[in-house]
Amino acid sequence: MKQGSADPGLYEYSGYRGRPKLEWPEGKTCAVWVAPNLEFYELDPAVNPHRKSWPKPHPDVVGYSHRDHANRVSHWRMADVMSKHGFPGSISLSIALCDHIPEVVDDANERGWEFFSHGIYNTRYSYGMDEAQERAIIEDSIETVKRATGQNIRGWLAPALTHTPRTLDLLAEYGLDYTCDLYHDDQPTNVNVKTGQLTAIPYSLEVNDHYGFFIYNMSPREYADTLIRQYDRLADEGEKSGTVMCIPLHSYLIGQPHRIGPFEKVLEHIANDGRAWISKAGNIVDAYRAQVGGGI
Amino acid sequence: MSLDSNYLEYPKRRRGMDHDYYPYSNFFERTPITWPNGKKLLVWPVISLEWFPIVPTDDPFRAPGHMQTAYPDYRHYTAREYGTRIGIYRLLDAFEKVGAKVSVATNSAIAQRYPDLVQDIVAAGHEIIAHSMDMNGTIASGMDEAEEQALIATALDGLEAVVGTRPRGWLSIARSQSFNTAKLLVDAGIEYMCDWVNDELPYQFDTQSGPVINIPLNHELSDRQIINVQQQSVDSYAESMEDAANWLLAEAESHGGRMLPMHLTPYIMGLPYRISSFEKLITGFAARDDIGFARGDEIMDSWKAQQ
Repeated sequence: MKQGSADPGLYEYSGYRGRPKLEWPEGKTCAVWVAPNLEFYELDPAVNPHRKSWPKPHPDVVGYSHRDHANRVSHWRMADVMSKHGFPGSISLSIALCDHIPEVVDDANERGWEFFSHGIYNTRYSYGMDEAQERAIIEDSIETVKRATGQNIRGWLAPALTHTPRTLDLLAEYGLDYTCDLYHDDQPTNVNVKTGQLTAIPYSLEVNDHYGFFIYNMSPREYADTLIRQYDRLADEGEKSGTVMCIPLHSYLIGQPHRIGPFEKVLEHIANDGRAWISKAGNIVDAYRAQVGGGI
Repeated sequence: MSLDSNYLEYPKRRRGMDHDYYPYSNFFERTPITWPNGKKLLVWPVISLEWFPIVPTDDPFRAPGHMQTAYPDYRHYTAREYGTRIGIYRLLDAFEKVGAKVSVATNSAIAQRYPDLVQDIVAAGHEIIAHSMDMNGTIASGMDEAEEQALIATALDGLEAVVGTRPRGWLSIARSQSFNTAKLLVDAGIEYMCDWVNDELPYQFDTQSGPVINIPLNHELSDRQIINVQQQSVDSYAESMEDAANWLLAEAESHGGRMLPMHLTPYIMGLPYRISSFEKLITGFAARDDIGFARGDEIMDSWKAQQ
């Protein structure tokens, strides 16, 4: 990015009209990817002066244990529902989960899911990191996921969405292909970086389960209805040029017993619609690049 | 501001948890639990019975539901008292109608101020568990250990004086603990706490003074969270509880007994325009052979006997 500039210069402006037609495999109109966050939060993390880890003094019992529900209970519930309806995950991974609870990481890997980095812990933020520190967490991410799963990570969602002005350039330099941190479009976009190529894949905060339940205060059925409306519209518009819908999840939210049933109905709807290319982030980025290369 | 060089050191990055309170455990790989009387799902109602002094102390923090306006906050003081005068009796009547025995997390100040209410609850076969002294009795790290110990002792003694037996369970205000709380609860003879929401069955929580059982009281399924925080209607609350029950019953077919915590607040659920929907919900649960209601101590004892 252009540090200090009013326009950070992340990408060129391109309005929705008159774009070249993006085509997804088999004539599908909307590429759908599901992005569960598999996270580990620390009970008593080191302090970052730019952002508090927990709203309460440590231990923040509800904050921590709510998130720990993911690894004990709700990951398994959510993952089974996804597999049942043919949805693979593209995992936003707290890298240290590979060390703490490899059972969860192994399960995702065995299901054929893809991993990208979400930082080391979701209680360690990039704000204030110098370049060496930021390189260290990228290298740690690449090496740890390779060791734990055999996979080469291809993407990044900043830990707790904390960035520095150099993050995107560093990701491209290390050969990562996509970022989930930019929310300007319903189609993939190439990002301006110093070297190499980095593609912004549409993620979503608006239909993120955290926003659904804690910003918009939706009931489980309202959230399910929101996802179905989001999908139906994007699948319609994708007739002109292929769209992307991401369903970003936290299993400790969507995997609660009152939410998983309505959510399953969403997956049934999308799977039965016939217009969805149900895929993973890396495949979507590859299909995009094969058509536009270094263009928009 | 740059970060300390140790910000990228992770001394607790290791196999398992980053503390020694409990080991990792996969919910779906445990020996299935069998509940008494062939029930597949036990609904565990917990009513919080709270007294809010009109002078909040904010030490260490102000409890949810506490005073909000400048002194004197008549509106919140009296609206909370509505819960302990009217709402609680509506809930007790609703549970009596379906024959359910429940846990009531009670400030010891309630026992001292309204002993007849506590006697009514005990006489109906419900369980009294401890819930601090009054709603100024919040706990968080930074609190002096002796002060916390005294708070716990006062809460337990105050309930025991009216109930006649010592509570076996504890719920912290806002489920907020210090690093010392679980140990101090064990020292005080508490057998189970409800604060950690990381599971859907009881599990053993270790302290320097020995183990205590944690029975997770799901905060996401509380009337406070769904109705007050998320601003949903009582019908939406009831729909969520039914969806949860149905999902858990399906899981119980393959994985053994399940538990559905139902955390209630008299001044929230016990209102005239909400209580009928709630009565309909629990009447529906009571009509099903596979669903039962249980107190926390019954759930703990049944679970413990199967370990």
